[in-house]
Amino acid sequence: MSALLDIKGLDVSFPTRRGTTYAVRDVSLTLKPGEILGLVGESGAGKSTVGNAIVNLLEPPGEITAGEIMFQGMNLRDQDAEAMRNIRGQKIGMIFQDPQTSLNPLMTIGAQLVETIMKTTHVFGSAAINKAIDLLNSVGIDQAEARLKSYPHQFSGGMRQRVVIALALAGDPDLVIADEPTTALDVSIQAQILELIKSLCRERKMGVIIVTHDIGVIANIADRVSVMYNGAMVETGDVRQILTDPQHEYTKSLIAAVPRGDMKVHRFTSVDYIEGGAQTHRRIDLDRHWLGEKLGQRPSPTAISVDALNKTFVLKKAFLKRNRVYLQAVNNVSLSIKTGESFGLVGESGSGKSTVARLIAGLYNVDGGSIKLFDQEVANKRTGKDVIDARRNLQMIFQDPYSSLNARMRVQDIVAEPIRFYKTASSESEVKQIVRDLLDHVGLGSTAMLKYPHEFSGGQRQRISIARALASRPKILICDEPTSALDVSVQAHILNLLKDLQDELGLTMLFISHDLPVIRQMCDRVAVMRHGEICEIASTETLFNAPQHPYSKHLLELMPSMEDFGKTG
Amino acid sequence: MSSPDIQKSRWQRFTDNDIVYSFVTTPSAMVAALIAFIAIAAAFAAPLIAPYDPFDPAQISLWDGKMPPAWVEGGSPAYVLGTDNQGRDMLSTILYGGRISIVVGITAVFLGMLLGVTLGVISGYFGGMVDTVIMRMADVQLTIPGILVAILINGIGRAALPLELREDFAIYVVIVAIGLTDWPQFARVARGATLVEAEKEYVQSARVIGLPGWIIMIRHILPNTMRPILVIATIGLALAIIAEATLSFLGQGIPPTTPSLGTLIRVGNEYLFSGLWWITFFPAISLVILVFAVNLLGDWMRDALNPKLR
Repeated sequence: MSALLDIKGLDVSFPTRRGTTYAVRDVSLTLKPGEILGLVGESGAGKSTVGNAIVNLLEPPGEITAGEIMFQGMNLRDQDAEAMRNIRGQKIGMIFQDPQTSLNPLMTIGAQLVETIMKTTHVFGSAAINKAIDLLNSVGIDQAEARLKSYPHQFSGGMRQRVVIALALAGDPDLVIADEPTTALDVSIQAQILELIKSLCRERKMGVIIVTHDIGVIANIADRVSVMYNGAMVETGDVRQILTDPQHEYTKSLIAAVPRGDMKVHRFTSVDYIEGGAQTHRRIDLDRHWLGEKLGQRPSPTAISVDALNKTFVLKKAFLKRNRVYLQAVNNVSLSIKTGESFGLVGESGSGKSTVARLIAGLYNVDGGSIKLFDQEVANKRTGKDVIDARRNLQMIFQDPYSSLNARMRVQDIVAEPIRFYKTASSESEVKQIVRDLLDHVGLGSTAMLKYPHEFSGGQRQRISIARALASRPKILICDEPTSALDVSVQAHILNLLKDLQDELGLTMLFISHDLPVIRQMCDRVAVMRHGEICEIASTETLFNAPQHPYSKHLLELMPSMEDFGKTG
Repeated sequence: MSSPDIQKSRWQRFTDNDIVYSFVTTPSAMVAALIAFIAIAAAFAAPLIAPYDPFDPAQISLWDGKMPPAWVEGGSPAYVLGTDNQGRDMLSTILYGGRISIVVGITAVFLGMLLGVTLGVISGYFGGMVDTVIMRMADVQLTIPGILVAILINGIGRAALPLELREDFAIYVVIVAIGLTDWPQFARVARGATLVEAEKEYVQSARVIGLPGWIIMIRHILPNTMRPILVIATIGLALAIIAEATLSFLGQGIPPTTPSLGTLIRVGNEYLFSGLWWITFFPAISLVILVFAVNLLGDWMRDALNPKLR
């Protein structure tokens, strides 16, 4: 069979005033009808740019500077804007990452589907409506006829992504480009969407390009894989060969860095191929250092004890109580975390796991129940010496490294803030020395002190966040999805750092994540949350080997499994 | 990203800045900045460069009153832009008047910004009842046209002052009147920006550290809300200069003994139908150029500071 899409020597460059950057360099790939090609790489690898270049949707000032894109025998680079517009939709469909923003919130999904069908296939009137119903049926939406009159906000995230897929299929395209189609979705929905894309591809003999950073997704769906690094394609091959026997060093380390879900290993495999990776930094001698000083020791076997915790958010405000709409975000949650333990909280988005963390950290007020830190009741309390002392034991590391640092402060001032505020160092020169040591200890190096956060990458920023948390000399560290915004290679470094710190400082850790393999590596005990309630609390090994609650079993089944690829794939 | 090994000089870092770059590549911004700079410099250097001192009675002779500009018949090269009804040199009066307009504009905007940003950040950070009270006050004030509020505050201010102090304090009353009219715009923008920033994780992390609210507001939120506030402050400066001119034109502002541009336009207006066009024309055109330049600067700043438009 001849190739559906054949890209040769594609270069995409972004001219800026500081010189031209090449986002894509000499990329070649081919795709046959009915085949799924995975385009995998970390952020900044240029994988999305390739997808956008095919349909000529590059963001200005980006432009294709070399190469050819042959699609069904015609070079897409020669097509003018009008011709390209017809090719998009009729021949090539696009599925974007975020179903929240890729549908028009002011139009019913029926209107959006019919509009697209009329534009792309020139079918009008009731025939168009019937086709819309067929499309919705084919993407697995029940009662399609009734659902045509619904607006996007009446659908859940997964359903919305199905509608987006239906839209992409409206013109009966021969090629579908899916850019991170499941990144914004929960694991259980991710599995369904991937299955749907796979079956539609087989039925309709479409070529599909899936652009993703997630090797688990690729393992589930792709026939062939192309690995991109720094704008270049480092390796292309059959999915099984790439996953089990990668040839290129980068691919090897990338696959090794994916946390294993099947067994506990001592440390995460770090990706040494990537620049700025395994640097060795001066670490401080904790026995004699400020950071290691034991102060105000109140030996207590239980670090965090939460009893019957409740939190309700008002979704819709109204003057009358009965007209208000509430969301029970946390419903009767009780748990206790032993001193020095690493406790995991796992669940899908909206399960209330972050809310629990924020309640414990005192960022929200509780509506009922008690929170004790080292036997000191702190729920809804901000004042009093005992409460403040207990709260100072707790620090938090947030998910988004790009918003968790004040862009207007130098790194040294960010890290020094708690030291200066609580006057835990005797002089300004001691403060500077401590900050220098902390930055060294988290592996950043003290040259970072005078810089501003925007000069750092995501992983480095997360290290700054960790240094800032350490500057309070906490005994409890709450990590709210600390690595979900990071690439896998960087994730391994950060998780290793957190593990080391926990061992050295005897930290109690509350680790929140949706990522089961990460939880397995990081935690001693795990609680599974759903709809604001705790389904099951068990030791990590018990939970992963013999889950009791049906929801836990369900979650574990959906865990992306690269290891058993050989068996099931 | 990885840091450049070569330490850049302070000047290189300055020219590398995106905002500086945007300025250098936007001709209208450069021209506007140049005009604004010349206007402000000329106004402040008035005692040095003005040919006469319009406030010195010894230099004024009624004989020379109502003389047209130098290039018109009957004009004298001694008075390039002519003289007003009292024989004051127009060029000197405009320079001194421009100084008063600019000083009133800048201080009024600063007052409005201080008040508005303080209330706006407090409103956005605490929310709830505090927010409701402050923002409803702003809403109420915005239902009345700004110039009426200014006239009202101005009137109250004047009436409260003893008669002999009115002339001397007129300028401060005008500043307060315009400043108090301005604050709702600043409060709204500051509140909006605060709502966005307060949700961000660096503010949450400051709360977990245990910092008190006022430190978080001043050290963390305020610096991150300054961009939009600077933009409306620039546009607000143009509006404040116009507001001062309007008040003065209506006879509610700066008294004719120490005239601002608005006062000059009002005085000149009375002679317009007698054919003495220059008394009102030159102050008016100066005002237009000044406000236009400041507005252009504000427009550019809005574009340059908005990451979405870049």
